[in-house]
Amino acid sequence: MSTDPSQTSNRTFVQPVVNEFSITVGTENGSGSQTSNVTLLRAFFKMGIPISGKNLFPSNIQGLPTWYTIRVNKDGYIARSETTEIVIAMNPKTFARDLALVEPGGVFFYADDVKQPINRDDITVYPMPVKKLSKESDAPSNLRSYVANFVYVGVLAQMLDIDADKIYQALDFHFKGKQKPIDLNFNIVKSAMVWAAENLEKTDPYRVVPMDATSGHIMTSGNTAGALGSIYGGVQFTGWYPITPATGVAEAISQYSPKLRKDPETGKHTFAVVQAEDELAAVGMAIGAGWGGLRSMTSTSGPGISLMTEYVSLAYFAEIPVVIWNVQRMGPSTGLPTRTSQGDINLSYFLGQGDTKHVVLLPGSANECFRFGWEAFDLAEQFQTPVLVLSDLDLGMNQWMTPPFEYPDKPIDRGKVLWEDDLDKLEDWGRYLDIDGDSIPYRTVPGNRHPKSGYFTRGTGHDDYANYSEEPDQWEKNMDRLNRKFELARAAIPDAEITSVEGAKVGLIAFGSTDPAIREAQDHMRADGFEVDYLRLRALPVNDTVREFIRTHERVYVIEMNRDGQLHQILTVEVPDCAMSLISIPHNDGLPMTAAWIENAILNKERN
Amino acid sequence: MATKSPNVNLVNLSKADYRGAPTTLCQGCGHNSITSQLITACYELSLTPEDIVKFSGIGCSSKAPTYFLDRAFGFNGLHGRMPSLATGTMFADTTLTGIGMSGDGDSASIGMGQFKHVMRRNLPLVYIIANNGVYGLTKGQFSATAEEGLALKGQGQNQYMPIDIVWEAVISNATFVARSFAGDPKQVRELLKAALNHRGIAVLDIISPCVTFNNQDDSHHSYAWGREHEVALHDLSYVPVAEEIMVDYEDGEAKEVTMHDGSRIMLRKVDNDYDPTDRSSILCMLEDANRRQELLTGLIYIDTNQESLFDLYNLPDEPLNRLTPDRIRPSRESLDEINALMF
Ligand SMILES: Cc1ncc(C[n+]2csc(CCOP(=O)(O)OP(=O)(O)O)c2C)c(N)n1
Ligand code: SF4
Ligand SMILES: [Mg+2]
Repeated sequence: MSTDPSQTSNRTFVQPVVNEFSITVGTENGSGSQTSNVTLLRAFFKMGIPISGKNLFPSNIQGLPTWYTIRVNKDGYIARSETTEIVIAMNPKTFARDLALVEPGGVFFYADDVKQPINRDDITVYPMPVKKLSKESDAPSNLRSYVANFVYVGVLAQMLDIDADKIYQALDFHFKGKQKPIDLNFNIVKSAMVWAAENLEKTDPYRVVPMDATSGHIMTSGNTAGALGSIYGGVQFTGWYPITPATGVAEAISQYSPKLRKDPETGKHTFAVVQAEDELAAVGMAIGAGWGGLRSMTSTSGPGISLMTEYVSLAYFAEIPVVIWNVQRMGPSTGLPTRTSQGDINLSYFLGQGDTKHVVLLPGSANECFRFGWEAFDLAEQFQTPVLVLSDLDLGMNQWMTPPFEYPDKPIDRGKVLWEDDLDKLEDWGRYLDIDGDSIPYRTVPGNRHPKSGYFTRGTGHDDYANYSEEPDQWEKNMDRLNRKFELARAAIPDAEITSVEGAKVGLIAFGSTDPAIREAQDHMRADGFEVDYLRLRALPVNDTVREFIRTHERVYVIEMNRDGQLHQILTVEVPDCAMSLISIPHNDGLPMTAAWIENAILNKERN
Repeated sequence: MATKSPNVNLVNLSKADYRGAPTTLCQGCGHNSITSQLITACYELSLTPEDIVKFSGIGCSSKAPTYFLDRAFGFNGLHGRMPSLATGTMFADTTLTGIGMSGDGDSASIGMGQFKHVMRRNLPLVYIIANNGVYGLTKGQFSATAEEGLALKGQGQNQYMPIDIVWEAVISNATFVARSFAGDPKQVRELLKAALNHRGIAVLDIISPCVTFNNQDDSHHSYAWGREHEVALHDLSYVPVAEEIMVDYEDGEAKEVTMHDGSRIMLRKVDNDYDPTDRSSILCMLEDANRRQELLTGLIYIDTNQESLFDLYNLPDEPLNRLTPDRIRPSRESLDEINALMF
C-alpha cells in the first residue's frame, strides 16, 4: 500500500461535499490535543458553520486513548454523528481501529512516524510529517509533543480550506491574547499548511465554505453556563466537592464571581465558596446556608448525590431551600466516570428517605443551563424546598454553540421570608403555619433579632409552630401540606416545549442533552414521510401540557439515555390513564445519542 | 427612677429568658448539667438570645439544644453532620454566636470527618462534645471514646483503644481545646464563657455521665470516676472586658490569657506550671495523665491569633443574608460583556 499522496486516490472526480461531515481525532489522553481540537472547533464556528465537538475521553490523566469528534453541518444538526468521514490518527495504539472508522469514500490523515499497514482502498489517505515539523519548529523540546497536535490543524486547514485567520482568532481566545503561545502554535499551523500545499494533492471531496449560520451564537459549556446562571441568580453560598463531570460548575463560580459579585461600593464579595471535605459536608453546608437565608447550592454527580441523600431528605421535610446540580455520568464510582448518561432521573426525583419527591429541572442546552441556573433559586425559595438541576457530562463538559445568555426576565423572588418589621405587623406566626392557605408557610432566618423570630428546626415531627410533636394527626397534616406544595409547583416550573407538525399521531418525549439528536431524527423521519411530534420535558413533576400531549397521541415514545427507561416509569405512574400508549426506548452506552439510533429504534417498533 | 432588679442582667433579661423546653433526658444525665451551666454562662455574660444560633447532630446530647435558649434559632441536624450545617449557616450572618452540641458517638464515630475539618477551618463555633463513652439514645452501645476493657450490659467488653477527642482536636489545628467534667459545674461554666468569646473553633470535651447506661463506678465516664480522678490543670475564671479582676493574685500565681476582644482568662495555678499556649507539650501531658489514670481538666490549648474562617473571606460588614436582590444580581451590562467573552 503506497502512502504517496499522488497515488492514494484511484477515484475519478467526485462531487464536492461542503460543510457536512464529521471528523474524529484519535490521540492519547494528556497529550495536549484538547487545545488543538477546540481550536479547530472554534475556527469552523467563526467561519459561520454550525458545529459540535465532543470529547470522548477515558478516566485517566495521561496515556489512554482518547477521541474527539467534530461534526460540521450546514443544516445545523449538531448531535453526535454515528459515521465519521474524516479520521486523524495520532495514536499508534489505536491506529488500526481508527483506520477502520473511516466511512467508505472518507479520508484518513495519519502521523507518518507511525509505521502500520494501511489496507483500505476505498478511502483517501494523507500522511502528515508530524515529528519532522514539530522538530523544525521553534518550540522548546519539552513542548514539542504538545505542539505536534497543531500539525494536524494546519494540514486539515489546508486540505479542507479552513480560514487561517479564524484559527488565529481561536488561538488568541484560548491563550487570552498571550502572544508567545499564540505565535508558537500558529507558526506550526502555518508551516503545516505550507507543507500540505506543497506535498499533498487533494483528491477527496470534503471542504468547508464560510456561511452565516453561527452569528448571534456563543460557544460555551453547560457547566460554565450553569455557573454563570447561578451567579446571576444571586448565589451566595456554594459548598462543593470535586467530581467529574460536575467540577466545572463550582470552578466556574469561583472563577467568575470575584469580578461579577464584588460589591461596587465596598469592594466586598457578596458570595462565598467552600470546597468541602466530601459531599456529605458540601450539601450540609449548602443546606445550613439555605436555612440561614442565603441562596445556596452545591454541584455534584451520581456518587455525590448518593452521599447527599440524607441531608436532602431532611431539607425536604424541614422545608429548606437549596439548589443541587447533578451533572450525570455513568453508574457508580468508578462506573464510566467520563461517559455521559441520564441514569439518575429516578434517584434525583425521589432522593431521600420516607415520602420525598423533588422539583427537578432538565436543561436541554447550554443556554438553558444558564436560565435554570437562576430560575432554580427562585423556585427553591418560593417553595422552600430542594431543587435539583439534572445536566449530564455531554451537556456540561463539551463546548456547544448556543444563543447568547439572556438576562433574567423575572426579578429575584426570595419567597416568604419575614424580617423584624414583618413580624411586628403579624399577629400570629408559626414556622409551619399555613397563613395564606397556599400550603407555603412563612420563614424567618437566623440573624433576625425579633424576639418572636427564633424557632427550632428538626427532622422529627413538628406542629405549626415548629414544636416537637409525635401526634399522628399532626404528622399526616404536615405531609399533606408538603404534598399540596408539590402539586402547586407543577404549574410554576418550566413548561415543556413542543415541536409539532400537522397530523402527527405519534409523539416523542425526551429531555436534556438528547435534544439535538431528537430534532434531527424528527426531521429525517419527516423526510421519509413519517411525521412525529416532539415534547421536550424541561422539568419534573409533569404538568397538564405533558398529560395533554400524551393523551392526544396514539403512541408516545419516551427516549432517554439509561437502561431501565426511568422517565418512562415516572410518566407511566403520573399519567396512568395513558400508560399503555407510552413506549420506552432507552439506550445508554456512554456515548451521546445519535439521530440514526433514534430513528432505527422507532422504526423498528413501528414495524412490529 | 426604676432601679435595676437584682434578677436581671445587663441586657435586662432574667435567667428564665435563657431557658428552653423542659428536659426529656434522664434525671441525673450529665447533659442536663451542661445545659444548665450553658444557661448560666449566657445569662452571666448578658448575651442576647437572638444573637445566638444553636446546632446539633443526633443523640441524647444533641437533643439538648431544645432545653436551653428557647429564643435562639436552632437546628437539630443529622447524625455526625452538625459541623457542616453550622459552617453554612454561620456564613449567613457572621455576627451570630454559634453553639454546636454533639456527643461522642456523633463526633468521634460517624462525624469524625466533619469534626476534624471544622477544626482546620477554624469556624467560630462553641463545639461541645458531651462525652459519656456510650451511645445513649440507641441504648447503650460502646462509643469510640469508651476505654479498652469497659464492660457494658448486653455489650460484652470493649476490645478497642479509645479515641481522645482533645488530642484529635489539637492535631487538627483547633484553636481552643478544653476538657471538663459535668460534675465540676463551675469549671464547665467558666470554660463556656471563655469559649463563647473565642474567635474561632472552641472545642469542649465534657465528660458527661450517662446515668442509665455507663455510670458504673469503675467506668471512666462515670460521676464516681470523675470525682475521684479529676485533676484540674488550673483554677479557671473568665473575666469579661468590662469587669475588673476582683481577686488579687500574687506574682507568678496566675497565668493570664487575653482573648481577641480584650477579655481575659485567669488560670490560677493548682499544681504544676501549665502553659496552654504551648502545643508541643500536650501529648506528653495527656500520656502521663493516662498512665496515672487521671482525668485531666481545664483549658488545654488556646491560640487567639489564628485567623478565623471568616477572616479568610472578603465578606461585607452587613450580614450576607440581609443583602437586597439588587446587590446579588450583577448588572445587565455585565452579561453583555460575558456573552462577548464566550467566543
Ligand atoms: C445515620 C444515622 N445512623 C444511626 C443513627 C442512630 N443513632 C441515633 S443516636 C446514635 C448515637 C448517639 O451517640 P452519642 O452521640 O454519643 O450521643 P448520646 O446519646 O450518647 O448523648 C445513633 C447511632 C442515626 N440517627 N442516624
Ligand atoms: S440515656 Fe444516658 S445519655 Fe441519654 S438521657 Fe439517659 S442518661 Fe443521658
Ligand atoms: Mg455518647
